Amino acid sequence: MTIMEERQAEIGRPRPRKEDARLITGRSKYTDNITLPGMLHLSMVRSPLARARITSIDTSAARSAPGVVQVLTGADLADEQGSMPNAWPITPDQKTPPHPAVAVDTVNFAGEIVAVVIARSAAAARDASELVDVEYEDLPVVTDLAAAARDEEIIYPELGTNKSATWVFDSAQAGTGGDVEEALANSEVVVERTFTQQRLIPAFMEPRSTVVDPTGEQITMWSATQIPHVLRVMLALTLGVPESKLRVIAPDVGGGFGGKLQVTPEEVITLLAARRVGKPCKYTETRSETMVGAHHGRDQLQTIRIGANRDGTVTGLDVHLLADMGAYLGLITSGIPILGAFMFNGIYKFSAYRFECTNVFTNKVWTDAYRGAGRPEATFAIERIMDELATELGMDPIELRRKNWIAHEEFPFTTVASLEYDSGNYEAATDKALELFDYEALRAEQRRRRESGDPVQLGIGVSTFTEMCGLAPSRVLGSLDYGAGGWEYAQVRVLPTGNVEVVTGVSPHGQGHVTSWSQIVADRLGVPFENVEVLHGDTQVAQRGMDTYGSRSLAVGGMAVVAATDKVIEKAKQVAAHMLEAAAEDITFSGGQFSVRGTDQGVSFNDVALATFAAHDMPEGFEPSLDSDATFDPENFSFPHGTHLAAMEVDTETGQVRVHKYVCVDDVGHVINPLIVDGQVHGGLAQGIAQALFEEAVYDDSGTLLTGSFTEYLVPAAPDLPEFTVDRTYTPATTNVLGVKGVGEAGTIASTPAIVNGILDAVRHLGVRDVAMPCSPSRVWNAIQQAQSSGQQATEPEVAP
Amino acid sequence: MASGTQTISLTVDGVQYTDDVEPRLLLVQYLREVLGKTGTVVGCDTTNCGACTVLVDGRGIKSCTMLAVEADGHEVTTIEGLSANGELHPLQRSFNTCHALQCGFCTPGMIMQSASLLAENPDPSKEEVRHGLEGNLCRCTGYQNIVAAVREAAAETAATSQESSSEATQ
Repeated sequence: MTIMEERQAEIGRPRPRKEDARLITGRSKYTDNITLPGMLHLSMVRSPLARARITSIDTSAARSAPGVVQVLTGADLADEQGSMPNAWPITPDQKTPPHPAVAVDTVNFAGEIVAVVIARSAAAARDASELVDVEYEDLPVVTDLAAAARDEEIIYPELGTNKSATWVFDSAQAGTGGDVEEALANSEVVVERTFTQQRLIPAFMEPRSTVVDPTGEQITMWSATQIPHVLRVMLALTLGVPESKLRVIAPDVGGGFGGKLQVTPEEVITLLAARRVGKPCKYTETRSETMVGAHHGRDQLQTIRIGANRDGTVTGLDVHLLADMGAYLGLITSGIPILGAFMFNGIYKFSAYRFECTNVFTNKVWTDAYRGAGRPEATFAIERIMDELATELGMDPIELRRKNWIAHEEFPFTTVASLEYDSGNYEAATDKALELFDYEALRAEQRRRRESGDPVQLGIGVSTFTEMCGLAPSRVLGSLDYGAGGWEYAQVRVLPTGNVEVVTGVSPHGQGHVTSWSQIVADRLGVPFENVEVLHGDTQVAQRGMDTYGSRSLAVGGMAVVAATDKVIEKAKQVAAHMLEAAAEDITFSGGQFSVRGTDQGVSFNDVALATFAAHDMPEGFEPSLDSDATFDPENFSFPHGTHLAAMEVDTETGQVRVHKYVCVDDVGHVINPLIVDGQVHGGLAQGIAQALFEEAVYDDSGTLLTGSFTEYLVPAAPDLPEFTVDRTYTPATTNVLGVKGVGEAGTIASTPAIVNGILDAVRHLGVRDVAMPCSPSRVWNAIQQAQSSGQQATEPEVAP
Repeated sequence: MASGTQTISLTVDGVQYTDDVEPRLLLVQYLREVLGKTGTVVGCDTTNCGACTVLVDGRGIKSCTMLAVEADGHEVTTIEGLSANGELHPLQRSFNTCHALQCGFCTPGMIMQSASLLAENPDPSKEEVRHGLEGNLCRCTGYQNIVAAVREAAAETAATSQESSSEATQ
């Protein structure tokens, strides 16, 4: 291919996004912007208590308030609301408490819905919700994960325990490696650490909103969701509404990050309310309601043991997790920590691994997917403990990793956790990152500050990560007892004018799929980028789909688009052959032109489109349409990787932490649109850094969320974040023809351990062994103070004369 | 004037409106629910996120912290009134070319606050942009491309005004 041709290709071009035109001018269609004739508004009455028995609900005052149409309680809806779905029972004996959309007898977290007011305006509904009088009988509250696991107080007495399930992977049993106890016993060094993955709030910017119109032949739901297709199936299964009578639309959706990968009580309630009153109903939550009522993420206690020999060869890894489910099991709550089970081994090739996770109930809102979903937790643990091991061995953290990672010539590589990594080049990414970072110069600067006793110390944090993306091969999901497949759907429709409509089953909410899919199809069909229209997010338009999460959209959904496009070309070749009076096998297709091989005869894609539309003269037996669809089920996951380096400044006198320099080199395979890929990395980094430094959902002992607004829950603002140096290496995935791997979660997964490792590296010489996340100034300062005072105590006898 | 309501008269995106509103109605609710200007969105209830930022007499204001009655007699500009004569505002162009938005929910507020910032400081440094936007949260972009977009719009505006002033002197 000549340079000229490369420049003309759409794939790889930093195209500004098509979808921006609406969003920069205020022509957005977020769910809360939708108004329908006669539409009523909902307000939720939420429990202020984390665990209580509902003894009475008096709705009379609310019912007679101005503008109120109806007030519904759990008792009113008990016969029709079913139980909120959990699609991933991780073991056959998993304990799953019933989860009514509106609580009937008891509440199990503060923020749980106990009644619903339907009124003519949102203000009237909210005013009246204040008048609903609920009497509660307090029950003992369980908020501490470790205490909950000890079953001192059991939240659901009928289950007999707070433990939902225990899931184990053992490389010795799986045949993918040795016995970890034996490996650790034979190791020269064993390092054990306990890490806390604090609870996080996804904090998408658009609060959740749902509108339901029950007046048509189909009940139509608009919702701020990542998963319109999954939602439709689950609503049908939960409520017994025929699936064919449900239409779900995800219009413009203002971010999700896993937080809108859910079937929510609010969606069920809005549907039930609309059906009851026979009018369109809207529910839009306040931010405070998002914080208490929408699912949270992370929340694990990790006990990690790693074994190694003195030369740095890692021998085995043992992982024990307690994972906080919160009060209920949401759509994939129980499976989130299990996704991590395959990633604790990271990019390393040690040969013994055991993972055990126990899922535990507490009186908090349930946890579920949040950007990375299980993989950030795993990556944090392995990358943190690799740095601790490096310290123990007196090795440079990069050298320790080099000694243990899978070398590029060893791919494909079957890991101790049973995955087959198809490709990767950790050496190349690391070398590039070290160069951009100027590693040696920063190490010299670190020594200088240390020797001079500078109050602002410098530390370097390393994170060499991989992740499993492209969720997911359906057979693998089946083997993990997940309730659905991981395929994706696309349809390519050719209009008479040669414009192309691409229907995709994924459901973008900021990822720029409209632009990227246009680039893919424009290249493949040789049509202008502008002539491709991408349609999505409506179950009557995109009739099949598995939606957007798990960095799957391009690697799975993009491949479905490719497959459907190729079918269009095959059909068009038949028409072109007929038009050119040639055999179909003699037709070539390039740059939007069909030609007879070895001649100068040809017809354009547009000519074929118009001829097929007219259908006056088609090949014998040819169905007059070029439209094609395809369902793509990946054979394997894809495995992006990268090396992230953080230079952290820690003011030892105040505990203040600052990112001095951040460099990441990611390998996400081929890149369709570098502008979009960089943007995904930036945003991912921001969220991963936020976990390391700022964010934590804090509950008090009574189960009240203390971080219930953006005043207390510290989503970083522009001055809180550094400028990132973002670069890439390109090792294509071998399991899809686009060679793409996925990029949505990489930054979040990789950055958290890099930041914390950097902080530790700055203060380890002061005796600090760990700082719990988020590493706030007070935590860092306290860690330094404690280390120094205990260090002083320990050294006192030795220094005594 | 209906009972319990107050009459306000104000200009929004260049159009004069007179309405009877409840005294408790927030400016953002007035824009969205009364005028149908849903381009301005609500992201929180504690004045932290800035998604609802509009210009009031040219200055960035979070329209969830201002009552509609307080806007009486003032001139309000929303994201829907920012482009003029069919031409996008330089910030709208640069947010697109720099990929400064993903989900787009914070974008109206981010662009309006950026316009307010550039009105005060036509040539801000990266740090000044970051501090000028500290009341506006974005969860998607990590802010890097937003900073770039604001500086690109500043540069474009400077170049345009230089051109027009050199034209004027010719």
